[in-house]
Amino acid sequence: MSAPDIAGALDALWRGAFGSKYVIFSATLVRAVPLTLTGLAVAVAFRAGVLNIGAEGQFLAGATAAAGVGLLIVSWTHYAQQLVALPLALLAGAVLGSAWAGIAAWLRRRFGVLDVISTIMLNFIALDAVAYLVRGPLQEPLHIYPQTPSLPPALHLPMLVPGTRLHVGFAITLVASVAAWWVLRATASGFRLRAAGANPFAAASAGMIDVGATTTRAFLASGALAGLAGAIEVTGVTYALYDNISPGYGYTAIAVALLANLNPLGVIVTGILFGALSAGAAAMQRDAGVPAAVVSVVEACVILAVLLIQQRRPRAA
Amino acid sequence: MIPPALALTDITKRFGALVALDRASLSANWGTVHALLGENGAGKTTLMRVAFGMIRPDTGTVTVAGIAQRFGSPTDAIRAGIGMVHQHFALVGAMTVAENVALGSRGLYDASAAAARVRRLSADTGLSLDPGARVDALSIEEQQRVEVMKALARDARILVLDEPTAVLSPPRASELLQWLRRFADGGRAVVLITHNLREALSVADDVTVLRYGRTVLEAAASTVDADRLAAAMIGELREGLPNPLTPSPEGEGGSPLLKLRLDDEGLRPSTPLGKGVRGRGAVIVADHISIADDRGVVRIRDASFAVRGGEIVGIAALEGAGQHELLRALAGRAQAVAGTLATPGHVGFIPEDRQRDALVLSFPLYENVALRGAGRRRGRVRWRLVRAHTASIVAAHDIRPGNIATPASALSGGNQQKLVLARELDDNPSAVVADNPTRGLDIQATAAVHTRLRTARDRGAAVVLYTSDIDEMLALADRVLVIARGQVRGVVHDRDAVGRAMLGAE
Repeated sequence: MSAPDIAGALDALWRGAFGSKYVIFSATLVRAVPLTLTGLAVAVAFRAGVLNIGAEGQFLAGATAAAGVGLLIVSWTHYAQQLVALPLALLAGAVLGSAWAGIAAWLRRRFGVLDVISTIMLNFIALDAVAYLVRGPLQEPLHIYPQTPSLPPALHLPMLVPGTRLHVGFAITLVASVAAWWVLRATASGFRLRAAGANPFAAASAGMIDVGATTTRAFLASGALAGLAGAIEVTGVTYALYDNISPGYGYTAIAVALLANLNPLGVIVTGILFGALSAGAAAMQRDAGVPAAVVSVVEACVILAVLLIQQRRPRAA
Repeated sequence: MIPPALALTDITKRFGALVALDRASLSANWGTVHALLGENGAGKTTLMRVAFGMIRPDTGTVTVAGIAQRFGSPTDAIRAGIGMVHQHFALVGAMTVAENVALGSRGLYDASAAAARVRRLSADTGLSLDPGARVDALSIEEQQRVEVMKALARDARILVLDEPTAVLSPPRASELLQWLRRFADGGRAVVLITHNLREALSVADDVTVLRYGRTVLEAAASTVDADRLAAAMIGELREGLPNPLTPSPEGEGGSPLLKLRLDDEGLRPSTPLGKGVRGRGAVIVADHISIADDRGVVRIRDASFAVRGGEIVGIAALEGAGQHELLRALAGRAQAVAGTLATPGHVGFIPEDRQRDALVLSFPLYENVALRGAGRRRGRVRWRLVRAHTASIVAAHDIRPGNIATPASALSGGNQQKLVLARELDDNPSAVVADNPTRGLDIQATAAVHTRLRTARDRGAAVVLYTSDIDEMLALADRVLVIARGQVRGVVHDRDAVGRAMLGAE
């Protein structure tokens, strides 16, 4: 690749991410929503010492629940109020995401199964379960495409910025991040979560904290956030559940969280950064003919560099 | 004359300023069990690590069967026919017995040959083990057998075991001792590190006693009795042994300790159990309690005692006697498996390992202060008050650096302990439980800890203190409880009596 090519590629990357008000709102920030929320899920878990690598599976569980419950409500009532159906769909997503994480939390507490292993396995199960559902019970009526029927407008998240694709899920994400930051910083239960994660022995001995219960709660909360991300993606962007609804959001989430130093406010910034990289990569591939994989390489290099820097200074509270 | 199986002569080893071994010697003959006795920190393990090639001595010689050796590593020692079973097993839990035994041998691993080898060793030695069993599914005594078998599989003719019976129940311990006896009778040699007199006298042919890194007694077991061994291990009271904790007279709070030793030496009246400080009620009451460790092994059986407000009860015990488990229970951090234990809801607890159990090193000082009571707190944390409280603690106790936002990891050990003491004691708990609170501290910091504990006592708190240094414990304690062989009993406040009770002598 020659110098002008590189400049052209970077230009395409930049324009695809920040080139206009439209791409910022419709591409970068829209992609930032699932990345930020799953990144927040990972950050909350990691702060509690729970290595939840399963945000991907919990995201899929949440997406499935939102689509399934949403369609069920609509088919029962034929006429659904957006005010009722949407919150229920989002709630269902959070609940099923939490339950999906709950399986791993239970395995951890009851049998001492490592979080990393159980959550990764649950990711595969979730992936295949979605593949089955969209070809079976939840498939659209014509049985042509492996996806659910399109969600009726009553189940669409309202737009946040008129004329763009930026939906209310972005606001929900900001609120969730600030709320998580406040809980960790200001509340007794947030402090217990951080203590249990930072030194479970001292938490139990000096703090007389029930470390098992604390980490289980963090695990469930983490799953709920990832599940909510899935529900928001279905109701705000795709309007249907299908295979590959997540291009690995739950895995990129780990990078989002680590890059933010596991800070709930930081994940907003890193989530948007990764959203921009993702949006820019698409534009770069389209306009400059550079494979999007190059951006993944850049992402990985950024993460490695940041981790290296973080190794040299401990995390501030 | 046949040269001894293992002879260690004039071994000296320094670790920085600490002299761990000071011209220590030991000579073990073929066909015998040799007991190596001494208190905690006397240098028993260090000496045998020298024999096993894990530590290179500064001076002194190691000979095996009359041949002088310079071991560069345990591999050399194994080649010379020495096998060592450490206190902490080095086993791979997820692997089978046969795999663990084969570990460390060279060449290809042949599963059926390894299993056959374990079966043959089992048959030859009477150590029954299933070669296909996973090690983490085995009991402690079976795991120990695997360690022994590992040594035997490498053709060890001299077997060194470090406190092997400490983890075993009495029947299992006597089985092991009998097995060691038979092993030695087969013309090989056993060196048994122990602090249990009864055990040493029951099984050993010869004994060596170490004290402060020196060999103070070498004798045939038949020529000594428990009292003689106890005296050798603990030393006579008036002997003036070098004690790293003897404070300088000018140190703050240091002089009381020294004065106590001079004034009260041997004259201190013992306080009988149940008649503590008059006029104060019992704060901690243990009624026939039994206490188990993490693995569920009962370490303390059927103990009954009370601790009253305004007294320091010193706990004397050899390492591994169950004192840490007992203290955790007294501090309300663990449950008794039997009996009833009444403790106040508000206990100041100073655990032995402050960096692991008392502090979150990555947290700033004020968050470490907030740790106390965190399990019960509801709603919001009032950080403004916590910060102000921390600032006052830091100022009052001269904790450095005094910036309350610095992580606890930035503090020295002494300052960390000051922070822990301030956190645990400044809200005037009705009971204080301190587990080796001066471990690793310098003289000044040690004196500060002593002052804090005395102040808590004088304020009316019930204080329970364990330290591995008997002299320190006796200097602080008003009353002494000794843990030995799972029993807790009151012993008169007298160094010799306490020492003998700790060692299990009558």
